[in-house]
Amino acid sequence: MKRLLKGGHLVDPLQGIDGVRDVLLDGDRVVEIGIDLPVAADVEVAEVPAGCVVCPGFVDMHVHLREPGQEHKETIATGTAAAAVGGFTAVACMPNTQPVNDSAAVTRAILERASLVGSVRVYPIGAVSKGMKGETLSEIADLREAGCVAISDDGKPVLTALLMRRALEYAGMFNLPVIDHCEEPTLKGEGVAHEGYIASMLGLRGIPATAESIMVERDIALAEMTGSAVHIAHLSTRQALRGVWAAKARGIAVTCEVTPHHFSLTDQRLTAPIGYDTNLKMNPPLREQADVDAMIQGLRAGTVDVIATDHAPHQQDEKHVEFDRAPFGIIGLETAVPLTIDRLVHGGVITLRRMVQLLSVNPSRILNLPGGTLRAGRPADLTIIAPSVSTTVDLSKSKSLSRNSPFDGWSLRGSVAATIVGGRTVYVNHEVPGAAVFGPAAVRA
Amino acid sequence: MNAETSSATNATPAALPDETPMPANRLRRKDLVGIAELSVEEITLILDTAVAMKEISSRSIKKVPALRGKTVVNLFFEASTRTRTSFEIAEKRLSADTLNIAASTSAVVKGETLADTVHNIEAMSPDLLVVRHSSSGACHFLSRICRSGVINAGDGMHEHPTQALLDAFTIRERKGRLAGLKVAICGDLLHSRVLRSNVLLLTRMGADVWLCGPPTLVPTGFGQSGVHITSSLDEAVEGADAVMMLRIQLERMLGGYFPSLREYFNVFGMTVERVRRAKPDVLVMHPGPMNRGVEIASDVADGPDSVILDQVANGVAVRMAVLYLLSGGAEHEAVA
Repeated sequence: MKRLLKGGHLVDPLQGIDGVRDVLLDGDRVVEIGIDLPVAADVEVAEVPAGCVVCPGFVDMHVHLREPGQEHKETIATGTAAAAVGGFTAVACMPNTQPVNDSAAVTRAILERASLVGSVRVYPIGAVSKGMKGETLSEIADLREAGCVAISDDGKPVLTALLMRRALEYAGMFNLPVIDHCEEPTLKGEGVAHEGYIASMLGLRGIPATAESIMVERDIALAEMTGSAVHIAHLSTRQALRGVWAAKARGIAVTCEVTPHHFSLTDQRLTAPIGYDTNLKMNPPLREQADVDAMIQGLRAGTVDVIATDHAPHQQDEKHVEFDRAPFGIIGLETAVPLTIDRLVHGGVITLRRMVQLLSVNPSRILNLPGGTLRAGRPADLTIIAPSVSTTVDLSKSKSLSRNSPFDGWSLRGSVAATIVGGRTVYVNHEVPGAAVFGPAAVRA
Repeated sequence: MNAETSSATNATPAALPDETPMPANRLRRKDLVGIAELSVEEITLILDTAVAMKEISSRSIKKVPALRGKTVVNLFFEASTRTRTSFEIAEKRLSADTLNIAASTSAVVKGETLADTVHNIEAMSPDLLVVRHSSSGACHFLSRICRSGVINAGDGMHEHPTQALLDAFTIRERKGRLAGLKVAICGDLLHSRVLRSNVLLLTRMGADVWLCGPPTLVPTGFGQSGVHITSSLDEAVEGADAVMMLRIQLERMLGGYFPSLREYFNVFGMTVERVRRAKPDVLVMHPGPMNRGVEIASDVADGPDSVILDQVANGVAVRMAVLYLLSGGAEHEAVA
């Protein structure tokens, strides 16, 4: 069935488009982009509501779907449903499941489950090391063959410089990026909050910025040595960002991502309005204002390649404990796009075009995915946003199984209007006037 | 100090028996989780009230009915002798019904969460919970989920507000004021909740606070709290009105913060010679328990400048004041 999205503002940086275009879809593919495309008899027409912006589908390259093994926190069904609501047409899921995704069998199980119950595309990320133990390499060729798009020991750093070197060399032969959670374990120690004045006054053990930057510098040096691509997960400090900036200037294949919470919150929030709120406990921790300013500058200038959520669901019981006993992490799939539009686009930091690079073009390129553009022949994965429609975060309505977010009740200017995956509408936001033309949504969870 | 000089205004307390003049006010709060939340007026009110409370401990019958019918639970998730005893004596002198729960005997070891443990205790309608816990912020957490008032008796490395109040009481009792005094606090600054509460209280009351310890045991960014930080004990002590030594735990040496207790004492131990740099009427203080020969020499701890045992005595009076001010007239606000 053909579907024509008519008269919308299309932002597709790879085609150099930032203006009114019609988008013609046929089944799961894009067939044509143009101005005032003719309407054939067999075409269903959707007039894109005024103020909506049509974008190539957003890709969240850093989520934890928790399945298999921790289905009380999240499942592939609920996590991808949350992704659909959040405007993501694809997610890449980290391997720290139980069992760890360090074998083709686990990768295939995830993909099979995703094909049955997933609302959006799921791209597994395999473990760098067997059991994520930091000892020996996983069967990376096998993982890739089964469908992994990158390797990572996320949740932990790739433990030793030697293992990182070998991972880069070995994965490099498949053009598979290595994603590293950069944290020097001895400097991190038992830390639970950013080391600085706030943690000192609250009596919380600190995680120094240097724990991150020292590992980023190690990885950069090894990427330079091996010529392979390294991607820095959830970068959070100005020191590490400076390292990435300098490495890029030297032509080293390093990319990095920043989470919405690291560009919108500081450690100051640990003191008020709710002291020691465990929904503000994540790793890397919320940093200080100078770091948030640096993240914003990096997002503006291009040093930061990707906005990714590090969506990390934990059950309420697990978070309803003493701060130092609570697990790290917050959910983020449903709030990332509104936060990005509100804080960065309306905040005058980035243009819509840059936003699409951060959320779609760059993650697709880094992971070698078919998305990132709506060129003819590409998958019909689209995110339609309504930048001027406000949304109020209501966790009670979240599609995620977990509720661990510090953004409940936040009013943000910027909404997702609809999410289309492979030509199929998986989410329609009825708060956006006129968005019903994209529906009905066929969400599976 | 008496009722007239305090910032008292409206609320009339249930009068204590006999002639003891009591400051006519209450803390308008359910909990005392930290000095951070207290205003200068509230700190002054507690210290003024403690003056009257101290008199009670000097009587032959050391008991007043101020908290009669109130139940106070001392919930200690971390070992404590001094603080728990001090609270218990304070509660008993105010006629409260008291109950001590130690973590080792509680359900915590069976895997029950802190929230569940406390909800179970709350089901038995206590009025106040005095809580010590090894996690920073545990009392903030409990104050949010409890109907009862929560008094922080030490949370992790965060705060120990009644210790800072008793320290301030002791200084004020001897010096007549806090503002303008030079107070040096020396030792393991990083892990000390006593330090954090004292810094908050003393700076708020206008004292000139100097911190001294090895750089490995100085909390990052602490300079922003309006204190001087030095690794020279001589500089910290020079001209000080009060010198407060903090306990050095053996684990810190094992954790690599300094090479040996011997070297620690040589560089940071308080000796008679070093005390001479302070004012002639300096107060030597220690929150206890002391490690003689590590952070403080015995002849200093037992010397003429030492007010270490006065601190302990004053602890009862200050805790009586806090219990009294938090319990009596306070209409506990509903907690969501």
